[in-house]
Amino acid sequence: MTVETANPKQNWFSRLAHPGQFLGWSKGFIMPLALLTLVLFGAGLYFAFFDSPAEYQMGDTVRIMYVHVPNAWLSQFVYAIMAASALGTLVWRHPMADVAAKSAAPLGAVFTALALFTGSLWGRPTWGTFWEWDGRMTSTLILLFIYLGIIALWRAFEDQGRAARVIAVFTLVGALNIPVIKFSVDWWHTLHQPASIMTSGSHLPASMLLPLLLMSLAFTTLFLTLHIVRMRSEIFRRRAESLERRAAAGLAAK
Amino acid sequence: MKGLLALIGRDLKLATRVGGDALTLVLFFVMVGAIVPFAIGPDRETLARLAPGIVWIAAFLSMILGLDRLFRTDVEDGSLMLFRHAALSLESISFAKLVAHWLLTALPLIIATPILAILLAMDFSTWLRTVLSLLVGTPALVAFGTIGAAVTVSLRRGGLIAPVLILPLSIPVLIFGVSAIAADTGAGTSAAALLFMAAISLVSVALSPFIAALALRLVED
Repeated sequence: MTVETANPKQNWFSRLAHPGQFLGWSKGFIMPLALLTLVLFGAGLYFAFFDSPAEYQMGDTVRIMYVHVPNAWLSQFVYAIMAASALGTLVWRHPMADVAAKSAAPLGAVFTALALFTGSLWGRPTWGTFWEWDGRMTSTLILLFIYLGIIALWRAFEDQGRAARVIAVFTLVGALNIPVIKFSVDWWHTLHQPASIMTSGSHLPASMLLPLLLMSLAFTTLFLTLHIVRMRSEIFRRRAESLERRAAAGLAAK
Repeated sequence: MKGLLALIGRDLKLATRVGGDALTLVLFFVMVGAIVPFAIGPDRETLARLAPGIVWIAAFLSMILGLDRLFRTDVEDGSLMLFRHAALSLESISFAKLVAHWLLTALPLIIATPILAILLAMDFSTWLRTVLSLLVGTPALVAFGTIGAAVTVSLRRGGLIAPVLILPLSIPVLIFGVSAIAADTGAGTSAAALLFMAAISLVSVALSPFIAALALRLVED
């Protein structure tokens, strides 16, 4: 008993989440994930451009959906990942949770900005306006502001360990916005249409659903690939910094 | 309870005896309101239509301006260190700071609204609704501000970060605040907006001391 507590047998999760171990096993994931992303993008773009029907009212502009919806989905998915990492930071104080949260923030901001951008490109021909103060657009814009605020906060702190804990608190507060985005189309019946894809029967025909799902998967694997790469470079950066500090301390001691 | 009141009294004393920050804030509030007619032209009808929004924006900006001193001076003179070891929990201390901050930044603004009402050609009933909506909505702004100030308290160069963090969170308050002022068209929309804002204020005032205390604790260790 005492032996076990003195040298606790690590479970699979803490083994996977150890920074050194992570660098080891994640290396093998990058190339396959990148290839999978390429294949999914190839298939998704082919179906989106050549093998899906034009909508009878919107015509070819409906194809913007295959970029817009995945980006919008990722803008919220990435925030969910950040919120989960924030919990990891606060509850377990795990350094990998800090790294995951930090490297997800800029990616989430880019996906949110792309969702807004493609949305306004789509809105111009179909709604006749680039921007409307509608519930979902406004709440997505707020999400972008929250992402940018979090990035600014990360850059303002010198001590990254302290930054992680404080930002985790703020990330969880900002997570209030996610359900607002999700239900905005049901609460305010303004311009943006409600969800078309549901677990029980979808409003989309299969020929449009297929490219949409392919593109969503492609963007998700793209995010996973980039996230792993960013997490790895963040770990390397921290190691380089601590080496520098150690070298500086060694010089000072001499 | 006694400690809580003592802490609120201390903050009020500090603010009224040193520097006169509260008055400067009121001055800023009135100035923002007075500058708008220069920007959009002195047409009385336009001004009267925009007045509730202008008053809310002016209040919003002045309260954000005052955010930084919520915990800053306490960190600088070491009082925060003492608070952490006080018999009073850090949550109660955050709550006391919140109440004191509301009394110092929101209440003077609300008292100063008649000046803006005259400058912006508001009629009496609109002014009354504006005061009501500010009374109900500003606690939520202060509550969000407390979170922002607690999160950025350890940043020496973080003056601009807290407003950037707090602004997106405060947008719902602004939306409901302005729609609560709009004359009721009979459908009860402005009453509903007022109730909604009251709900936001109550929930955020109840929860933010805990979040702020969590952030303050995490910063120090």
